Amino acid sequence: MSQFVYLTFDGLSRGAVYAAFALALVLIWRAARIVNFAQGAMAVAAVYAGYSVTNATGSYWLGFVTALVAGLILGVVVERVVMRFVDHSSPLNGVVVALGLVLVIQGVLGMIYGNEFQPVETPFSRDAFQIGDVALLSRYDLFVFAAVGAVVVALTLLFTRTAVGLRMRAAAFAPDVSRLLGVSVGGMLTLGWALAAAVGSLAGMLVVPTELGLHPTAMDVVFISAFTAAVVGGLDSPIGAVTGGLIVGLLLSYVSGYVEPTVAPMAVLLLLVVVLLGRPGGLFSSSKARVA
Amino acid sequence: MTSPLLQVEGLTAGYGAAPVLHDVNLTVQPGEIVAVLGANGAGKTTLLRTLSGLVRSSRGSVVFDGADLRSTKVEQMVRRGIAHVPEGRGVVTELTVDENLRLGGLWRRDQADAKRALDEVYELFPALAQRRAFAGHQLSGGERQMLALGRALIGRPRLLLLDEPSLGLAPKITAQIMALLRDLQKRTGLAVLLVEQNVRSALSIADEGVVLALGRVVTRNRASALRDDADLRHAYLGF
Repeated sequence: MSQFVYLTFDGLSRGAVYAAFALALVLIWRAARIVNFAQGAMAVAAVYAGYSVTNATGSYWLGFVTALVAGLILGVVVERVVMRFVDHSSPLNGVVVALGLVLVIQGVLGMIYGNEFQPVETPFSRDAFQIGDVALLSRYDLFVFAAVGAVVVALTLLFTRTAVGLRMRAAAFAPDVSRLLGVSVGGMLTLGWALAAAVGSLAGMLVVPTELGLHPTAMDVVFISAFTAAVVGGLDSPIGAVTGGLIVGLLLSYVSGYVEPTVAPMAVLLLLVVVLLGRPGGLFSSSKARVA
Repeated sequence: MTSPLLQVEGLTAGYGAAPVLHDVNLTVQPGEIVAVLGANGAGKTTLLRTLSGLVRSSRGSVVFDGADLRSTKVEQMVRRGIAHVPEGRGVVTELTVDENLRLGGLWRRDQADAKRALDEVYELFPALAQRRAFAGHQLSGGERQMLALGRALIGRPRLLLLDEPSLGLAPKITAQIMALLRDLQKRTGLAVLLVEQNVRSALSIADEGVVLALGRVVTRNRASALRDDADLRHAYLGF
């Protein structure tokens, strides 16, 4: 019983990070119909920027804000300088360019910061509170939940309650009609990339301290879990991304705890296969079929 | 004679190397309804798309209210006073009725007036008021046409570019929409460039008619004259 409780909280905590990262993928997919395979590398770059500031100033929070801002800027740059010029005649073009970006970003990070794992600190203790001999959450887990929850609420409000959110949705669904109604579709696309990259950076800041540490490839494995989460949820659906993230987090935690940590990645792949066979559009796909 | 609201001269435009429109001339006076008629593939839709900037023109001039439109971005057209309701109605089907309508007023500086215009549209189309929270794809064809038209009106345009409003609609609803256009013209002085395959209903409300064939203007005349010209009707309009 106590192991089950521990694994559940651990899974939800991991899942929250995957949810945030999957949300970043969904944001770009909805805006641009591109699966941003460079999301992980971009997030790591932002996290390096954040920890550079933390190391220089001694303040985690200054570094935290820096990472989010760096993510925003990186999103703008990647969209304006690279992705805008990708030919959309084949969906593979965007994927190949994004994979190229991964190699460039990881190479540059290695040149600047070196290719060794750098241990990083968490702002809060990772020791779990105990009730009796049952381990529950740590302070850091609570911080992760609060941060991801705040992002989900903020994005929901942005898209459903604000004029900018309405413009962003319209631009994604019907670009020509939106332009005729005075919406700057290019601007909305850039904003979408910026927001997505910032959310990806947040996920990076949250997950890197809990894994092996900072390294140019630190997000590669996280990317695979988050990508699975996004596809399981249905790439079009923000709710799907969050649910998918939590499902993947729990699955990884239970399989690691009850079976064997090394088979956990296989369980994730199995989940992907089962969902894609049963509901090819993902769990939360809208009923209407759309061509990418 | 007042200066024209829209003056198109020698307009040549198309997709890629082969032009669809050749040397098109037409004029819309303030408060005038001009019908653009012609068979499938005559270039009617391309004409509207070129006027609003969605298709690039290679030659000619488009002057709206004294200003050259060829260098104006698509996003700016609505700010100049031009509303384009595209073929297939252009309702954003994933958004609700209310969101679609609000989208039509987001660009406006005068948000109080955008709100008033929104209320007016709901008054004009009670069917939309009852379906505020419905998604676009849940609406019937007639309701979608009303939504697209209402959304254009929220910008209080001076010129409406309307592409095939009768497409796929029952004759009764088409007649309602035509009557509404006529009414808007009388009440607000709205000018309309109306692309239609339904020649009878278009000529029933238009002041002027322009007949396109294979991308060229073959006739410009008063709508009443076009209705009475049997040879022309047989040759280009099929009735």
